[in-house]
Amino acid sequence: MQAARLATLRGYRQMGISARLAIGAVVLLALVLVVGLVSLSLGPVDISLRHVAWIILSGVGFETPEFGRTEQLVIEQIRLPRIIVGASVGAALGVAGATMQGLFRNPMADPGIIGVSAGGALGAVVAIAAGLSALFFLALPLFAFAGAIAAAFLVYGIAVVGGHFSMATLLLAGVAVNAFLGAIVSAIIIFLPDNELLREVLFWLAGGLDARAWEHVRIATPLIAGSTALLMLLSRDLNLLMLGDDEARSMGVRVGVTRVVLLAVSALATGAAVAVSGTIAFVGLVTPHVLRLALGPDNRVLIPMSALGGAVFVMVADTVARLVIEPAEMRVGILTAFVGAPFFIALLIKNKRQVYSL
Amino acid sequence: MTMNGNTPTAVDARAVSFSVEAKTLLDGVDVRAGRGHFVGLIGPNGAGKSTLLRTLSGILRHQEGAVSLEGRDLESLPARDVAAILALVPQLAPYTQGFTAFELVLMGRYPHLGRFQVESQTDDRIAREAMRLTETEDFGPRTLETLSGGERQRVFLARALAQQPRILLLDEPTSNLDILHQLTILGLVRRLVDGGLTAIAAIHDLNLAARYCDHLVVLSEGRVVTEGSPEEVLQPETIEAAFGVRSAVYREPVTGALAISLIEPAEEPVAATNGNGVTSAAGR
Repeated sequence: MQAARLATLRGYRQMGISARLAIGAVVLLALVLVVGLVSLSLGPVDISLRHVAWIILSGVGFETPEFGRTEQLVIEQIRLPRIIVGASVGAALGVAGATMQGLFRNPMADPGIIGVSAGGALGAVVAIAAGLSALFFLALPLFAFAGAIAAAFLVYGIAVVGGHFSMATLLLAGVAVNAFLGAIVSAIIIFLPDNELLREVLFWLAGGLDARAWEHVRIATPLIAGSTALLMLLSRDLNLLMLGDDEARSMGVRVGVTRVVLLAVSALATGAAVAVSGTIAFVGLVTPHVLRLALGPDNRVLIPMSALGGAVFVMVADTVARLVIEPAEMRVGILTAFVGAPFFIALLIKNKRQVYSL
Repeated sequence: MTMNGNTPTAVDARAVSFSVEAKTLLDGVDVRAGRGHFVGLIGPNGAGKSTLLRTLSGILRHQEGAVSLEGRDLESLPARDVAAILALVPQLAPYTQGFTAFELVLMGRYPHLGRFQVESQTDDRIAREAMRLTETEDFGPRTLETLSGGERQRVFLARALAQQPRILLLDEPTSNLDILHQLTILGLVRRLVDGGLTAIAAIHDLNLAARYCDHLVVLSEGRVVTEGSPEEVLQPETIEAAFGVRSAVYREPVTGALAISLIEPAEEPVAATNGNGVTSAAGR
């Protein structure tokens, strides 16, 4: 069984790039659709899968049998945008994690660990604490983008001080910046004037997808799709960068520019995700890691598959989060960490050798 | 071997200097390689051989002097264009991140692919041919981490060949190889050179350098000490001056090649600071 599985995966890695992409995309897209449909039907209002299908088909202009108005409202205005936001956030974290792990040549890198998520979170917390998010809706996402990108370039700036770039410094600076930004967030929380704001900040920090609506889809989804496409275009250069700067340069990659663009685009995707969902832990770390063990390290496959895999991960986590303590809701960020961390540790123990040789 | 006027100069480096943090690693180095020539760089550790190869490949940016590849200025060439004509086999194979040998060799095709292209059947065939030439085709599905140092070195040579370069730079290509593969790999490079490839290799083993190269450049402390044909360069006096090792040079009766027997360190203190493969070979 184990041997058969390994043989299948080895066979997969020997296929051409187009075949690997096509097979991976078909499998994971099917998974996205199935999870999406099941997730749409589950919740406080039980809607049968058949009705879910009818509602969606009629939504795109097909003739369908009758279904309830309430059901239609629940699907179209509550569950569908929420699921699309969740899938987008998962995709963003997946591609950002895959890119950063390649860029840092380190399987521990992900937007959470190098401080990009913390930058986004700080931006958002500032927007809430200063009362800006209450004044106008776009304040929070804009501050979150700005925070994520500023954190990414602060970390990068530290790593290039003195003109000599160091990958190890980049990772360590990320860890330090992460801790520093976390401390600022804690300080803001302590000095918050009233409990209402405090609750809002804490609620947001835990990372969640409740009450996500079409405006959140409009903020995040196009940005995330665009970033993913751009990262896919650069994935071949990322393959070479994984082998080292000299290797990449001698194979024709413009190392400095490529690295800045990869970092900026993955920070943008992370910022977009943080802006609509808070910080959702472990998706960016676990998703590319698991997929790399199965599909190999080629980023041309890994980046798009991490987008789909991350989407599945967050959609499943959000569905469980909605149901597990009904009628109340668990925060999806708590759930991903709760499940993701032990899963990741188990994986580390089981694959100790591969992880370190990565 | 002389370079006459109608042989296009594949690599032409003039007065190249490179320093890092006030330490001069290359000090006005001139190196030329005509098309279809095999130039060997010899010299003790720290002489600047690797630095020179990295400068010629555009990885390092020299501060003074000029490098031209096939008559075009290296600095004005985009990195991609350089990679399409020149390949470098590094001395220390980098961390390979779980890629298989075949995946790595296929990366040699990247400089020839457009942004929206993926490898074609032709690219696949070129990569397989490169692996056949370097006798690495059996390693194809294995990850690089499972290969020995010498096997990895041959895989990296296969990748360089898959680049289909006109200029091949090799940094100690035989340093990790067993004696059989030292001969097959340098023999392969020699055959490719006879077919029109230009090769520049840093080589520690003077006997191998004498046997396979057309032209030798002796580097010491970032400068060219002397250069010429192996017969001209490999004199006991030159070897002693550059390496601090006493030697005997003669015609090897079986192969007819120039042979160098390393006898002993010229002076003990020099040898003590000069602990490279050459002196330890003398000790055996």
